[in-house]
Amino acid sequence: MVNHTPFIVGAYIVALLGFGGLVIASLVARRRIKRELSARGLSGERVRR
Amino acid sequence: MASLHVLANPARFRRFSQRVLPALSVVTALALAVGLWLALIESPPDYQQGETVRIMFIHVPSAWLSMMGYGLLAALGASLLVWRHPLAALMARGAAPVGAVFAAVCLLTGSLWGRPMWGTYWVWDARLTSMLLLFFLYLGHIALSRAYDDSERGDRAAAILALVGVINLPVIKFSVDWWNTLHQPASVMKLGGPSIDPSILTPLLVMAVALLLLFIVLVMLRTETEIDRRRLEAAEMAL
Amino acid sequence: MTGFSALLARDLRLVWRRPGDVMVVLAFFVVATVLFPLGIGPETNLLARIAAGILWCAALFAALLSLERLFAADYEDGALDLLLLAPWPLELAALAKCLAHWIVTGLPLALLAPLMGLLFGLSGEALWAVAATLLVGTPALSLIGGLAAALTLGARRGGALLALLALPLCVPTLIFGAGAVEAVAIGEGFLTHLAILGALALLSLATLPWAIAAALRQAGE
Repeated sequence: MVNHTPFIVGAYIVALLGFGGLVIASLVARRRIKRELSARGLSGERVRR
Repeated sequence: MASLHVLANPARFRRFSQRVLPALSVVTALALAVGLWLALIESPPDYQQGETVRIMFIHVPSAWLSMMGYGLLAALGASLLVWRHPLAALMARGAAPVGAVFAAVCLLTGSLWGRPMWGTYWVWDARLTSMLLLFFLYLGHIALSRAYDDSERGDRAAAILALVGVINLPVIKFSVDWWNTLHQPASVMKLGGPSIDPSILTPLLVMAVALLLLFIVLVMLRTETEIDRRRLEAAEMAL
Repeated sequence: MTGFSALLARDLRLVWRRPGDVMVVLAFFVVATVLFPLGIGPETNLLARIAAGILWCAALFAALLSLERLFAADYEDGALDLLLLAPWPLELAALAKCLAHWIVTGLPLALLAPLMGLLFGLSGEALWAVAATLLVGTPALSLIGGLAAALTLGARRGGALLALLALPLCVPTLIFGAGAVEAVAIGEGFLTHLAILGALALLSLATLPWAIAAALRQAGE
């Protein structure tokens, strides 16, 4: 019987890297776009009525 | 329904999202913590599958959510093509990579589950094969929506693809099921095993809810980014 | 209906003037098919077992080859804009183009494939299965491919993207088409598979012309 532990650990690491990586990538992209918008003077916080 | 239409306006969605997202993220983190604790520490090993059942707690919700994600893409696609909701395109752009990652996690955890269970890293069983094809459909959607300089053209093309894909999904599942039962080796291993024991059900459901919340948080976050990115594009074109 | 037959006749005439375009696709099919025994080995039992899959996959790739140009030529010279303004439904135009594609690609492939099947040691009923399933299955491929072509008109990396979009959607047709020959090998008939392929063709016919028309419309905007 193969030892199951490395596979379980592996699976949870895959999930951590996958979901965690996506969260980090999404936050980084968000920050970058926000910075570019405010650099052009469109802070995005003003609402035109 | 009126509230949904309110949200269909990108600017309003952005304000809504910025208010809600911080609290929702905290709730999600808590749910994940509880789910992981249940999955890894509290629940006993399954009498048939041993410790590897713990992989199920990620693998199965990921499968559910990746399928739900594609349904979302189809609904957003219809929303864009039929009612021209401006937010639909942006949310589809944000959501597609999320669904794809859930599909990938499902495939990889399924593979790591297969090795101790059936001795092989890849099993051409019906569910994994269908999930692989769903993953390709996601890749197609992501690539198509970004294949045009004119973003709106990409959005609409991807919307059509999502609708055709969602009709095709049951057909694909049916054909892969059929293909698999025909080619099943002599020693048949059924995915999922016997009926689910309550001690397994609770961690599974909690993880499912936690991952659903994560899905929602990610989609909202990425939609915010897409809204801003589109505004940036509009500004650049106005120059 | 005049518009439909006019468009069909026009496309077929264009191919008639340049038969080389069709020949290349068929030549590719032959070459691709022959590569497999060369890569796998000449063992007759093995080849007979995998023949169906190889023939079907090669036919799939060959059909994809000619799809990129399906709408591209019209898109480039403005004929697509005329189609968008024409009095007859765009769905019929889409159908006409897919039918033309099938006549010059799917149909010849269905006739050529059994000959290639001989190279793999297939005989009798298996060869009939190959021909019949390709005949009934390739229309769906033309429709799915037509959709992928319309969606990727003018896109970057259009050719590769077209394949990425089309191939997963073609999987059901592939499974039942190739499966038919296996059914013959184990003694069952291939009629069930043929019927399912027919159902897939009808499903494609009932849904895809509208999707293709929608894709063409927003390509023309």
